[in-house]
Amino acid sequence: MRVALLVTHFRAEEKLILAAFNKRDISPDIILDRELNFDISRGSEQLAPSGIAWSAYDLIFERCVSTSRGMYALAVLNSWGIRSFNSYETAAICADKVRTSIALTQNGIPQPHTRVAFTPDSAMQAIEDVKYPAVLKPVTGSWGRLLARVHNRDSAEAILEHRQTLGDYNHHIYYVQEYVDKPGRDIRAFVVGDRTIAAIYRASNHWITNTARGGQATNCPVTEQLDEICVKAAQAVGGGILAIDLLEDARGNFVVNEINHTMEFRNSSKPTGVDIAQETIDYVIGQVEVVA
Amino acid sequence: MTDGTPLCPECDADVEIPTDAMENELLSCAECGTELEIMNLNPIELELAPEVEEDWGE
Repeated sequence: MRVALLVTHFRAEEKLILAAFNKRDISPDIILDRELNFDISRGSEQLAPSGIAWSAYDLIFERCVSTSRGMYALAVLNSWGIRSFNSYETAAICADKVRTSIALTQNGIPQPHTRVAFTPDSAMQAIEDVKYPAVLKPVTGSWGRLLARVHNRDSAEAILEHRQTLGDYNHHIYYVQEYVDKPGRDIRAFVVGDRTIAAIYRASNHWITNTARGGQATNCPVTEQLDEICVKAAQAVGGGILAIDLLEDARGNFVVNEINHTMEFRNSSKPTGVDIAQETIDYVIGQVEVVA
Repeated sequence: MTDGTPLCPECDADVEIPTDAMENELLSCAECGTELEIMNLNPIELELAPEVEEDWGE
């Protein structure tokens, strides 16, 4: 099996993934996204930076930290019929919070009340529609960056003015959610295919609980209820290898907050006791072998 | 570089390279905390890692 591992650079996760492939006697070619230069009309017979034709690869495993580079690379490669994990379609939906919310709605999956608006005035109305405190998020972004919890009209006006003045057009898409008063933690669940293989609680005194922002990871039992909502959420965005972020509302019900398509998991294998990299790669290898 | 130990391009401190290091791996300078990228393993070349861009993440 010929595999290319597409990366921006190597972090702990990419090293674990490489080791997991090696454990199955597969040595992926490493392709850096900075070296990509596609002739879109020439197709898959052109050479990859590795020196062999793209068509020779049974699988591209995309792990770019740069969301846009990874997504557009998958767009090109999938258009040539080259298989990847995740697919372009899954990546494109997960990379865009509006598209993720639409997919969740279409599949009846609970999520925080969400509105989208395009001007500061309509965004102010959206914030007041979901009621204070509200949460403003960029439509593309990660690691808890540029999130704002808005408590009143004064702070809403200030944040909207800053985004309109200082942000590029992406920041003029106002994605507004109700604030879910969660119990000092959220849940990150790892879905591989049609199975939730592990989950962690991310606890923090701060309302942003990302481990990149200091949230502490502990094991979260994968109950039947948690598995069901996570697998449905994964399927709603096209399926693959995904991290589902969930909140528990005041009644203890799960709502899906975000879905990540190139998840980080370095802090999650230890508390869960699950080798997330190996589970992932074994699934991927199995899927490619089924097609072959 | 002292005795083959690479220096941090930011603060000139010695940077310890893990035995399982890879090209294009990120690591932090223990002295100044700057994030570095291993551009070459033999000989070891370090550069400042690229600044985090707005679309970076998971």
